[in-house]
Amino acid sequence: MPFSDEALARLRADAADIIGRYPRARSALLPLLHLVQSEEGYVSGDGIKFCAEMLGCTQTEVTGVASFYTMYKDSPAGEYQVGVCTNTLCAIMGGDQIYAELAQHLGVDPHGDGDEHHAIVSADGKVGLERVECNAACDYAPVVMVNWEFFDNMTPDSARQLVDDLRAGNKVTPTRGPGRLCTWKEASRILAGFGDGQATDGPSAGPASLVGLELAKEHGWTAPEPSTGGKK
Amino acid sequence: MTAMLTPVLTAHWDEPDSFTLAGYERTGGYRGLRKALAMSPDDVIATVKNSVLRGRGGAGFPTGVKWSFIPQGDSKPHYLTVNADESEPGTCKDVPLMMATPHTLIEGAIITCYAIRAKHAFIYVRGEVLHVIRRLQHAVAEAYEAGYLGKNILGSGFDLDIVVHAGAGAYICGEESALLTSLEGYRGLPRNRPPFPAVEGLYACPTVINNVESISSVPSIIDDGADWFAGMGTEKSKGYGIFSLSGHVTRPGQYEAPLGITLRELLDLAGGIRAGHRLKFWTPGGSSTPILTDAHLDVPLDFESVAAAGSMLGTRALQIFDDSTCVVRAALRWTEFYQHESCGKCTPCREGTYWMVRTIERLENGKGSEEDLEKLLDLGDNIVGRAFCALGDAAPAPITSAIKYFRDEIMQHQKEGGCPFDPAASTLWAGLK
Repeated sequence: MPFSDEALARLRADAADIIGRYPRARSALLPLLHLVQSEEGYVSGDGIKFCAEMLGCTQTEVTGVASFYTMYKDSPAGEYQVGVCTNTLCAIMGGDQIYAELAQHLGVDPHGDGDEHHAIVSADGKVGLERVECNAACDYAPVVMVNWEFFDNMTPDSARQLVDDLRAGNKVTPTRGPGRLCTWKEASRILAGFGDGQATDGPSAGPASLVGLELAKEHGWTAPEPSTGGKK
Repeated sequence: MTAMLTPVLTAHWDEPDSFTLAGYERTGGYRGLRKALAMSPDDVIATVKNSVLRGRGGAGFPTGVKWSFIPQGDSKPHYLTVNADESEPGTCKDVPLMMATPHTLIEGAIITCYAIRAKHAFIYVRGEVLHVIRRLQHAVAEAYEAGYLGKNILGSGFDLDIVVHAGAGAYICGEESALLTSLEGYRGLPRNRPPFPAVEGLYACPTVINNVESISSVPSIIDDGADWFAGMGTEKSKGYGIFSLSGHVTRPGQYEAPLGITLRELLDLAGGIRAGHRLKFWTPGGSSTPILTDAHLDVPLDFESVAAAGSMLGTRALQIFDDSTCVVRAALRWTEFYQHESCGKCTPCREGTYWMVRTIERLENGKGSEEDLEKLLDLGDNIVGRAFCALGDAAPAPITSAIKYFRDEIMQHQKEGGCPFDPAASTLWAGLK
């Protein structure tokens, strides 16, 4: 459905802000695609057209870029996109089992994410499921992401509970993230560069990030004192 | 007693407000910047050169030398692009750093831009880490507010803008030339070199691309001195670095130590391999670095020693697998990753990864033969050195190193007509029930 006049005016103002960050307008394309995804939950034909108009390039060029990057969906994503890491380390630590059990629990085809741009979503539209590549949290394996927030050290049981809570509308809190879990659309808006005021929520670091530091403090291990200059 | 661990970058991650400007300044933050602004840009470059800081993104190229390649007195704008696209399987150091102390990266970026005479910097952060992106956006806003960014920084006459740019899911964008193409708003395809980014990078202008940990190391080098930094580590691999242990260890996590620490020492610190098991294989620095075994426990984890052992230091992403793990399963999954992430630009990588996956699948299912092993080694030989970029060069590493150390185990699959391992035995919850 084409954007309403109200939506277009709002998106144009946001797009102008995004384009203004870059020395050359074309650099704004990735954030613009995040922006249109924040409006509709995926990158629609109208979203592509909007980006092309804002940047003065063709819709084919925009489609070529959108189809390269797996975070852009070509069909409506779930309100909560659940990504199970099934790269080697997480897979072996249990990610493969978590993914298989979640697919069964949600009643979706586990191979339906073969084209990662096409979201596989539960019948109620609440939860989308996909396999994701390494998400840089290997010390918390197995890892599940929801709308790109970390859920660390998951098990099949905790993963099922998580999607049940998401579908029931219960409060769900990421392990290392803000108090309130964003929707997929809200998350896409942050990716476009517009904060949601939750940056100072949540811990500085999770427990695994601190194991070395705690050990060093226990043993009194520090980097050497600098010979001159500031105190450490 | 020598300190086994030397927290510098990680030293304040346990403070509840370490990610705020106030928390960062309380622990000495932005002191390095003040010192740098009192120096000449060339002296800043010389200090970083003298520290012998080598790129922490995996390649190990000396950071100060890279900066010195930027032409000076030219008419083009210069750019800094921070590679915050941390996606190498196993690598998980930059993401916690940016979550806990984003200002370390921003301070390092400001000092770097001052040194290379850049007025515009971009932090290209992978899109899949929402809270890290919030923290970066917030820290950049705080830095503008405090006068560390914008016009006439701290009265020095130096101007700088930093943009946080979220990627959209593509491992290839961690390759520096693909990152630039992506940042220009195109599909993330790598570029031919030369010209190198220092001459023609972003928008065909001189550009420095550095990893998050490299840039974040700069404030401490300026504040505490090149000699202080070079006093840690080994002869050719100086300084400290974050070592990330994951997998079948008792206490996985981040351990910041001088380069040259060994896996045996790190495993001691991490409580050893999980109870009842022994080490089988490990990556020294992500999936792109050939696997090693328990024969390599005492290899100093520095650039030279790991290379001499037949692998690479990479990103110090130590993925640890115990004897419950099937090496064929691991190699197949990594190879599937390279196939998935191959950008398709060059034939050796695009076609080679596709055929490697099919051949390893056959081996995992017990339907392969010795001939398949030779075929895989041959495929690898035809990708490495012939691919357009480092992604292709790395893609055969998991399977060729698995064949090197575990040929018998691969052939065991063929004898038994399938995988002899139980995947349930490798999980986090195995043995807990």
